[in-house]
Amino acid sequence: MAANLIPHLPALQVIIPLVAAPLCLLAGRTGFAWVIAFIASVAATITAAALAYLTYHDGTISYHMGGWAPPWGIEYVVDTANAFILLLVSSIATMVLIYSPASVAKEIRPGRGHLYYCMYILCLTGLLGIAITGDAFNVFVFLEVSSLSSYALIAMGGQRKALTAAFQYLVMGTIGATFFLIGVGLLYMMTGTLNMADLAKRIPEIQDSRPVLAAFAFITVGLALKAALFPLHLWLPNAYAYAPSGVSAFMAATATKVSLYVLLRFTFTIFGAEFAFGNLPLSWVLLVPAVIAMFAGSFSAMFQRDIKRMLAYSSVAQIGYITLAISLGTNAGVMAALVHIFNHGLMKAALFCAMGCIFYRIGSTRIDQMAGLGRQMPWTFAAIVAGGLSLLGVPLTAGFISKWYLVQAAMQSGLWILVVLIAVSSMLALVYVWRLVEALYFKEPNPGRETVAEAPMSMLVPTLLLAGANIYFGIDTRVPVAMAENAANLLMQGLGQ
Amino acid sequence: MRHHRVLRVISKLLIPFIMLFALYVQFHGDFGPGGGFQAGVIMASAFILYGLIFGLENARKVAPPGVITMLVAAGVLIYAGTGYAGLLKGGNFLDYNVLAATPVGGQHLGILIIEFGVGTTVAAAMITIFFLFAGRER
Repeated sequence: MAANLIPHLPALQVIIPLVAAPLCLLAGRTGFAWVIAFIASVAATITAAALAYLTYHDGTISYHMGGWAPPWGIEYVVDTANAFILLLVSSIATMVLIYSPASVAKEIRPGRGHLYYCMYILCLTGLLGIAITGDAFNVFVFLEVSSLSSYALIAMGGQRKALTAAFQYLVMGTIGATFFLIGVGLLYMMTGTLNMADLAKRIPEIQDSRPVLAAFAFITVGLALKAALFPLHLWLPNAYAYAPSGVSAFMAATATKVSLYVLLRFTFTIFGAEFAFGNLPLSWVLLVPAVIAMFAGSFSAMFQRDIKRMLAYSSVAQIGYITLAISLGTNAGVMAALVHIFNHGLMKAALFCAMGCIFYRIGSTRIDQMAGLGRQMPWTFAAIVAGGLSLLGVPLTAGFISKWYLVQAAMQSGLWILVVLIAVSSMLALVYVWRLVEALYFKEPNPGRETVAEAPMSMLVPTLLLAGANIYFGIDTRVPVAMAENAANLLMQGLGQ
Repeated sequence: MRHHRVLRVISKLLIPFIMLFALYVQFHGDFGPGGGFQAGVIMASAFILYGLIFGLENARKVAPPGVITMLVAAGVLIYAGTGYAGLLKGGNFLDYNVLAATPVGGQHLGILIIEFGVGTTVAAAMITIFFLFAGRER
């Protein structure tokens, strides 16, 4: 049986969570829905791990949906680049699901828990689908699946502002997705194909035509909006701040990363590095906003009173680092981007989970409410410190590995000024991380607030595992670095050849 | 709407034909223009018309929101289930060729079931949206 399943792994990666979503709705009870979502998420993680193993050792896998051969049918293509993303998305989803029951009971209105899990697993389906498909229009479909479900998830946040945050994200996200669709439509008009490999073959002949140039511009801007690249990040702080804790952790770690992956895929595999960086000034178009994001994001983070908002602004800065790496347009740059996509996912998942633990106990994530909490919730505090150190890029944490490859990539391109800018902006992160640590540990507790206990085990264990992963992948870097290296080589080669 | 006798009578007359047309668009979809999405919207419009003319309470009695929600999920499951059937019969996901004795028969059968799933979900989703918007004031 297991051997028979292996050729179908690319389809199962998406259709297991896809079927779980309506089942969660039918389950009707929060507990049942959680079990279904959890089984699907674990299955997706195992599938992703198997696909990662197979692609790393045997090369690219192609799957023909419905038995229709590409380029006519929809093809799923798995190589190391998207297997890496699949593994990140599904494993974070599983960790956050373990964490979810307690926080859902606290934050989601009673009677809506099963809808939460339905939307959550649908969002996972969408993100996995975006990553795995080899069809440009299929990307758009899954982009909408993940976006629509995430709007609903954000709107489930307890405060009324969650509704405006979700609406704001809906408007911005729809503009981004529409831009992407216009770009894909123009490409279809010019080439008559939607298959990515086929597009890569046909575009070079007509790459100087206006519609292709316009398509490239629309796709880049649309994806930059979905990835929250400065100055298109305005939807992100509110969305992450007001979403339920589990949603913040899951989305901060995965949603923007998947959009960046699509940007990588379109830039390098479909249009080709030479077109994007040689003929067109993509390098500058991405580099300038990326550098501004690194500083503006960190500066804004320093002045936030709500820590979830602070972390959201920090995400804007971190997306700046990833985009900076992409903008170099070199093999080393792409590799640094992929490594940081992975490591930043770990950091933000750990930190947002820890914020959820704090919210569970004190019902707020405002920094003035948190004074002295570190001594009452020592394990949560430890997770915050580990995540914070990783965010700074201190040696022996995952963040250091990212910064290391990022700085190396910048040096290889001879851009010493970037090395300085990366170092300076990392110092800015020290300011806001220290502000949090100081409030948690060194300030006296507010006299009015009751002494609280540590968060429940079901929340604490996944938080600590995610925080531990930040340390583990700072020491044992074999898996992410080997996969990112392999993936970067593949992306630089392009599919057409 | 109690006093609008013309509207009430005409709607009563129209609703069965709207539903019949929906079924036609649904099941004739693989020979002519149409398909699950269009059929679902037409089917939902029959319920929405009923709700507009005879009131939300009556519409909820005809189409209980709980059942409608189940149908939203059921449609997706019909679609995915057909895909899985292809998988179990030795083809790829959504491969209709293996569903019946001949590939052509399989394609016919497959698209018919898939479109039925689409129609179910679309109709149920449209009715749910109508209920949610119409019931917003309370």
